[in-house]
Amino acid sequence: MKWEDFNENEYIESLVEELKSSGQNVVVGKLDQLINWGRSNSLWPLTFATSCCGIEFISLGAARYDMARFGFEVARSSPRQADFMMVAGTIVHRMAPVFRRLYEQLAEPKYVIAVGGCAISGGPFRNSYHVVKGIDEIVPVDVFIPGCPPRPEAMFYGLMQLQRKVKVERFFGGVNRKRTREDFFRENPEIAEREHAQE
Amino acid sequence: MADIKDIIGKVCPDAVYEENERPLAVVPDAKWHDVAVALKNASYDWLIALVGEDFGDALGCMYYLKSTADHSIISVKVVTTDRENPMIHSVSDIWKVAINEEREVYDFFGIKFINHPDMRRLFLRNDWVGYPLRKDYDMNPDLNPVRLYHEEPDDASVSYQEGADGKITAVPVKVFGDNEFVVNIGPQHPATHGVLRFRTSLDGEEIKKIDLVCGYIHRGIEKLCENLGYPQTIHFYDRMDYFSALPNEHCVCSCIEKALGVEAPRRAQVVRVICDELSRIASHLLFFGTFCMDLGATTALFYGLRERETILNILEETCGARMSFNYYTIGGLRADIHETFIPKVKELLAIMPKALKEYHQLVTGNVIFQNRLKHVGILSREDAISYGIGGPSGRASGWANDVRKTNPYAVYGELDFEQVVMDGCDSFDRYLVRMKEIEQSMKIIEQLIDNIPEGEFCAKVPKIIKLPVGHWYQEVEACRGAFGVYIDSRGEKTPYRMKVNGTCLRLASIVDLITRGSKIADLITIGGSLDYIVPDIDR
Amino acid sequence: MFDFSIVTGWLDSLLNSFMPVWLTTVVECVLIGVVLLLAYALLALFYIYFERKLCGAFQCRLGPNRVGPFGLLQSFADMFKILIKELIPINNIDKFLFMLAPYLVIVASFAAFAVLPWGNGLQIIDFNIGIFFLTAVSSIGVLGILLAGWSSNNKFTLIGALRSGAQMVSYELSIGLSIMTIVLLSGTMSVSGLVEGQKDLWFIFQGHIPAIIAFIIYMIAGTAETNRGPFDLPEAESELTAGYHTEYSGLHFGLFYLAEYLNLFIVSGVATLLFFGGWMPLHIPGWEGFNAVMDCIPSVIWFLAKAIFLSSIIIWFKWTFPRLRIDQLLAFEWKYLLPINLFNLVLMLLVVAFGWHF
Repeated sequence: MKWEDFNENEYIESLVEELKSSGQNVVVGKLDQLINWGRSNSLWPLTFATSCCGIEFISLGAARYDMARFGFEVARSSPRQADFMMVAGTIVHRMAPVFRRLYEQLAEPKYVIAVGGCAISGGPFRNSYHVVKGIDEIVPVDVFIPGCPPRPEAMFYGLMQLQRKVKVERFFGGVNRKRTREDFFRENPEIAEREHAQE
Repeated sequence: MADIKDIIGKVCPDAVYEENERPLAVVPDAKWHDVAVALKNASYDWLIALVGEDFGDALGCMYYLKSTADHSIISVKVVTTDRENPMIHSVSDIWKVAINEEREVYDFFGIKFINHPDMRRLFLRNDWVGYPLRKDYDMNPDLNPVRLYHEEPDDASVSYQEGADGKITAVPVKVFGDNEFVVNIGPQHPATHGVLRFRTSLDGEEIKKIDLVCGYIHRGIEKLCENLGYPQTIHFYDRMDYFSALPNEHCVCSCIEKALGVEAPRRAQVVRVICDELSRIASHLLFFGTFCMDLGATTALFYGLRERETILNILEETCGARMSFNYYTIGGLRADIHETFIPKVKELLAIMPKALKEYHQLVTGNVIFQNRLKHVGILSREDAISYGIGGPSGRASGWANDVRKTNPYAVYGELDFEQVVMDGCDSFDRYLVRMKEIEQSMKIIEQLIDNIPEGEFCAKVPKIIKLPVGHWYQEVEACRGAFGVYIDSRGEKTPYRMKVNGTCLRLASIVDLITRGSKIADLITIGGSLDYIVPDIDR
Repeated sequence: MFDFSIVTGWLDSLLNSFMPVWLTTVVECVLIGVVLLLAYALLALFYIYFERKLCGAFQCRLGPNRVGPFGLLQSFADMFKILIKELIPINNIDKFLFMLAPYLVIVASFAAFAVLPWGNGLQIIDFNIGIFFLTAVSSIGVLGILLAGWSSNNKFTLIGALRSGAQMVSYELSIGLSIMTIVLLSGTMSVSGLVEGQKDLWFIFQGHIPAIIAFIIYMIAGTAETNRGPFDLPEAESELTAGYHTEYSGLHFGLFYLAEYLNLFIVSGVATLLFFGGWMPLHIPGWEGFNAVMDCIPSVIWFLAKAIFLSSIIIWFKWTFPRLRIDQLLAFEWKYLLPINLFNLVLMLLVVAFGWHF
C-alpha cells in the first residue's frame, strides 16, 4: 500500500490534535506522549497461533517482510511479558477457555488483534458445531484484520493501526481497559464459581 | 476379489461381499477380531483408514487395509444396529494406529470399542453433549455453548473388557498415577507447532509417559462437508494441512473425479503434479526452518523461509493466494497457469541446489545438531507399519511406502524419480529424508516443466455435480505422508459422509511411544522431526 | 595515554577541600553509583539494540529501523514500556523470594560490572583480589535464577531453574580454572595489576598456546554462564516457554532481561581484561611508532571496542548453533572442558616455570 493512502487514515490523529489544542496540562501531556510513544513503538506479540494465519505471522517475521523493523520481533512465549496477542486462527470450543486464560495472563496494557476470517467471525467454519463465532464473544478486540489468511501487508497495516490507536490512548482509552477480570466474573457468575473453586 | 474371500472365508464363512470400487467384505462384529488377525497375517498389515459412519439404519466402521507386500487395498465393513449402546470389537491390539482412530470414532459416533485400553473422547471436551457426526445430532447451540471454564482434568478413563463368557464389563483405567509430576506441554507452547497438548509425566528431565490431548483446533470439517456441494468442499482441504494444500486438493478432486467418471485433461494433470511438488518443496523448507528453530538454531528458519517465499510467489501468480490456493477443481484446474510460471519455476530450479548446499553447511554438519538427533526417537519399521506412519517419517524407518510409487496417480507413473528410503529410524534420518525429497521433487519438476502439453486445463463437468450411489477412497502422497479421502454418496448433491484421513494424527500418536525414557528436549526434536500439523490432526 | 586518575584525584581533593572526609566518601559513593547506574542502563539498551541489529544481519533482515534514526531509539521505547507495564500479582507463590529474585540477579551483575577496568585510572575499586571478587559476586546471580524458578510455583520455571543451577555450577569451574591459568601467568589477582602486566604484550600473545586454550574455554564457559545460546537451556524458548522467568512481568522481567545483556558485556569485559589487555592498547615490543599511534586512541574506547567485539562473537554463537541437551551440556563440561582445563593449567605452569612465554 502506498504511503499516501495510509495517511488517509489519519483521522484519529487529527482528532487528537484538535483535542490537544483545546487545552491540557503541558507536563502531564508531554509525559503521556512519552509513555504512549514508548508503548506504541514497543509492542511485543505473544507467540500464539492456532492455524494457517499463524504461518503468515511467521512470514511476517521472516526476511521478506521483517516485522523487526517496527520492533515487533520480540515475540514472547510467556503471556506475562507480551503486550498484544495476534489471534491468528480459529478459536474452537475446546480452545476458548485456554484462550481466555491467556488473555487474562497478559499484563496491562494489553491489546488483541483478530487476524483472519476465523477469528473475526468463524470464517468458513462458522456453521460448525465446534467453532467460536468471532473471538469478540470472549475477549474485547482492538483491531480486526480480515483475510483468509490476510496477506502479510494487511497484517502490517493492522499492526500499524494498533500503533496509532495506542498513541492516542489517553483520549480514547484502550478497548481492554473497560473490562477487567472482575467485570468478566460479574457477568459470568458460573465461571467465576468454577474458577475460584479451582484456585 | 477371490483373494479376500479366501482369507476371510476361512475364519468367517458368513461374511457378505459387496461390489464396490475395491473388494469389500461385510463382517459380523463377533468375528471381526479373528478376521482382522487373519487379514494381518495375510500381509494386509497397514490400516490406512478407519472410517466411522452413521449408515442411517446402523452405526459402524469402514476399515481400509493395504498390503505392504503388493500394495493392494481392500476394505471391510463392520456395523452394529444398536444405537443406544453401540459396541464393536477393537482392533487396537492388531494395528496400534487404531488406538487413537477408535477414540475418534467414539468421540464422533459414540461407538464403544470392546477391549480398547482407553476409551475417552479425543477431540471434544469431556463434558460435550452428544455425538456430532451422527445424523440425528442436535445442533442446538444451547446444548453445547462456548464454555469458558476449564474442563476438569481427566485422569479417569474406562476400558470395556470382554470376559471369557462374552460379558462386557467397564473397567476404570487411570491415565496418570497420583504421584506423577505431570507437565502440560501445550496447548499454547512454542514448540508444539500449533495447539496440541502433551500431558507429560516427568521424572527429572526424563519422560515417563505422554498423554496426547487434541481437539484445540477441531473445526468439524467433516460435518460441514455433509451440508455442502462437492465443489464447495474443496477449499477446506487448503485449511487442514495448510502446507500441503495442493496435494490435499488433488486428493479430493481425484476422488470426486473417480466417482464421477471424469478424467482431468493431461495438461491439468501435469500442472497438478508440478504444483504438488512445488508445495512439497515449500513444506519441507518450512519443516527445515521450524525444526532448526525448535533445536534453537533460529537463523536456519529465515534461510528456509527465504526460498519458500520464491515458491509462494510462483504459486501466488498462478492461483492468487499465498496459502489457501483453492487452485484445483473437479475436472482439472480453476485457471490456466500464469505466463511467468514456467520461467520462474526454472529460476527456482536454478537456485535450489545452491540453497540446499547452504542449508547443509549451516546445520546438517553441525556436531551439536547431529548429537541432538542421532539415535534419538527410534521408530522401528514394525512400529511404523503398526501405527500407520506413512510419508517421510515412515520412510526414514526403512519402509518404502510412497503412494506416488506404490499406487501411482496422475502422471507419477511415467516419471523417473526415486523413493527416498533410509534405515536409521532416528530423528536425523527423518530430517535427511525430507531434505533428499526436496531433490527428488526438483527432479520431477525438471522432467515436466518443459513438457506441459497444450490443451484444455479443465474437463467438461456437469454444472451440478451429483455422485452416483457408492463409496470411494482415494489416496495421494501429501507432504507428510499418505493423505486419503473417503466419500460415501447417496446420489445427492452433497456427500453423505466425507472422511479426511491425514497422517498427522498418526504422527502425533507415535510421540508417546518413541519419547519414553528420553529427555524433555528430545520431545521437542522428535515432535519437530515428525513434522505434524495440528489442524490436520484435528480437522 | 591519558590517565583518568588525574581527573578523579582532582575531584577528590576538590571535595575534600571544603568537606569532611566522611562526607566526601559519601558524596563520591553516590556519584559513582549514579554514574554506574547510568552506564549500566545505557550499555544494556545499547546491547539490546546491537543484538537485534546484528541478528537481523545474520538472518538477512534489517532489524529495527523505524523508531528514531536507524531504529536507535527502539530499545528506549522498550524501556519506557517495560517500566510502566503492569506487575501481575500472582497467587500461591512465595511472594518475598519472588520479589527478591530479580534484584539478586541485577545486584550480582551490577557488582561485577563495578570491578571492570574502564580506562586508564577509571576504576571504581581496585584491590588485590579483584578478579577473585568478580567471580565471587557474579555467581550470586545463579541464586537469583534458582529463587525465581522455585518461588514462581510453576513447573516450567522449576525445571528451568534446576537446569540453570546445574549448568552454572558446572561451568563456574571452567571459568575459575581458565582465570587461574591467566593469574598464574600474570602473578597477580588485582585488576590493575593484570592490566599493567599486559603493557608490552597482551596475555593471549604472551602465554601463546595455553593462553589461547584458556581463552577458548573461557568463551565457551562464559556463554554458558550468561545462559545464551547454544547453552540457553534455562530459558529454552521452544522447550520451557520462557524458562525461569515465565511468571515475571513488567519491570521484574525487565530486570532479568537487562541483566542477561549486561552479563554478556561482563563476560566479554572480563575476557578483554584477562586476554586482551583490558583498556591497554595493542602494543608490540620494539615497534615504538606503532605503539605511540595506538596510544592516541583513548583507553575507554579500547576497552569498549574489545568487549563489544567479543560479545558479537558470543551473539554469533547464539544465532548459529542449535541448543545442547542437558546431559550433553553437563558431559561437555565434566568430560571435556574440565580435564582440558586442568591439563592446560599444568601446561601454563610449565610455561611460566621455564620462562617459555614472551
